[in-house]
Amino acid sequence: MPSVAPLLEVKDLTVGFRTDRGDVTAIEDVSFQVRPGEILGIVGESGCGKSVTSRSIMRLLPEQNSFIDHRSEILFNGVNLAHTDESVMRSIRGNRIAMIFQEPMTALNPVFTIGWQLDEALKYHTPMNKLQRREHAIEMLRSVDIPHPRQRYCEYPHQLSGGMRQRVVIALALCCGPELLLADEPTTALDVTIQAQILSLMDELRKKSDTAVVLITHDLGVIAQICDRVVVMYAGQIVETADVESLFARPQHPYTKALLESIPLPGPAHHQTRLPTIDGLVPSLFELPSGCRFQDRCPYQDEQCVREPPSLSQESNLRKVRCFFPINES
Amino acid sequence: MPLVEVSNLVKHFLVRGGVFNRVLRQVHAVNGVSFAIEKGKILGVVGESGCGKSTLGKLIVRLLDMTAGKVQFRGQDISHLSASELMSVRRKMQMIFQDPHASLNPRMTVGAAVREVVAFHKIVPKREIRDEVDALFAKVGIHTDSQEKYPHEFSGGQKQRVGIARSLAVNPEFIIADEPVSALDVSIQAQVLNLLMDLKDEFDLTMLFISHDLKVIDHFCDSVLVMYLGFVLEELPCRDIQADALHPYTKALLGANPVADPTQRHELTVLAGEVPSPYDLPRGCPFAARCELVTNQCRQEMPPLVEKESGHRVACWEV
Repeated sequence: MPSVAPLLEVKDLTVGFRTDRGDVTAIEDVSFQVRPGEILGIVGESGCGKSVTSRSIMRLLPEQNSFIDHRSEILFNGVNLAHTDESVMRSIRGNRIAMIFQEPMTALNPVFTIGWQLDEALKYHTPMNKLQRREHAIEMLRSVDIPHPRQRYCEYPHQLSGGMRQRVVIALALCCGPELLLADEPTTALDVTIQAQILSLMDELRKKSDTAVVLITHDLGVIAQICDRVVVMYAGQIVETADVESLFARPQHPYTKALLESIPLPGPAHHQTRLPTIDGLVPSLFELPSGCRFQDRCPYQDEQCVREPPSLSQESNLRKVRCFFPINES
Repeated sequence: MPLVEVSNLVKHFLVRGGVFNRVLRQVHAVNGVSFAIEKGKILGVVGESGCGKSTLGKLIVRLLDMTAGKVQFRGQDISHLSASELMSVRRKMQMIFQDPHASLNPRMTVGAAVREVVAFHKIVPKREIRDEVDALFAKVGIHTDSQEKYPHEFSGGQKQRVGIARSLAVNPEFIIADEPVSALDVSIQAQVLNLLMDLKDEFDLTMLFISHDLKVIDHFCDSVLVMYLGFVLEELPCRDIQADALHPYTKALLGANPVADPTQRHELTVLAGEVPSPYDLPRGCPFAARCELVTNQCRQEMPPLVEKESGHRVACWEV
């Protein structure tokens, strides 16, 4: 797969916010690539900057109180989106890059029908006429397994169940045939049975239409289930990237390892045992330590970790880790 | 004698409207649930949203009034106690809620919130209240100095610890935890689960643990009730659910859960159809419309909950 040119290449993305307490850097030097047909997972706990990353790619952050560093590059098919005009973004957003949000209810407009909302996107981005748009929209609803799509086309969001709403949001995201799909916690608010439907649907899509997907989640089970490669974030930085098998089998960063260990395991051997935890709290972005950001919670902390911040190792393009003492277990 | 015994619990919510505020229809939230919890055990309740698991919890502590059925606590029927009689029972049964932020008063320091409970129930003499609360905060792992902070100054995991401290303030015997770790990140979830496990031993607690996450239930509980549309479909011990589950719905829930190991990737079970409406219950088994093993009998008749082995009950005609 590495031979295919990346569809999206994020280089040294640094994004900050202007707040009452001064400027704060939310994410720092975030770099990754996604190829067509690939699912890249971004995992991390609340506040680690995973949503800021996806919103920056989509350029959805409010301009009056946020800024993207001038060195940052977001190359989509070679075009740098980081500092491009809003007019260029408008032609790409929703058309070539689409986004799915966590809350299916807030992502849909409650006062318009499902059909109206699909029609609006198609009207804006495609040259289809009214009849073609209607047929295409109904076809999209059918492709995400919505029963009676013709009837649902005329219904309002409140008439659908949560799982069905999220499928409508996916249909809406996919109706213009995007090359890249950004999914920000698409299944977090849903029951496992509906999560299974949505994950199967996403997997099928990338196989069928070679769509690249960036899947943001805090659920390592979801990552293990459908991602090809994984980026682990902590306190605004990437701490590790690897293909999904190596990450789960041989995590190199102590944070990744601790995160994996804190998941309850099935089976009698683990029943009602104490779960390994990560002591302490994520540092505030206003009071980041001078060295490694994970130092206070790390069992392998050393003098060097306090003194200087570790950089992301560049041993290979596929496996990177930000640690002076990466774990090397075979 | 079990500490808590629930028999045939039923809750219908009436939807009123129209002329003279007539009853238009009924939501059948809980439909004849029975179970018992022995002292010192943790019973899990699992099911999808809308299956009645939270309503069940609220019925037991009488935050909601039941339509029919009986709840016994230490052998005493508490289903029809008056508000004043309930007071002493409520001291013995406490709830922990899902959203720790919503369950704390934003204009009260967390210390004051816990002190209020201790003072109201006259747990200790007035001058000992502070020491008592200090000890509680220490037990749940919150620095005593943080007592004068407001809820917004805490992270989600810490707020949940405050919620736990407040429930423990009255020395309860029975705790109903309604999705206590669902809003938390995995590493924090592990901390809170460990804390609950320690406190259970220290305070000799019995628990009803409501969650939509079978992984957590399987790890934490002694046994589990699987609910669907207000019915209990299966009750089984939690040592190895994956191997022991018999009901097709329990199996579907297990199969839909992704495993956090890419080498064990499996095709996720995708259930066809949707949960039936709680307004008009199906005549037969509630799961019949989505079940692979469905027969004519399933559509006609609700299967009874039958004991297969000790502690393992299943409501299904086909297993």
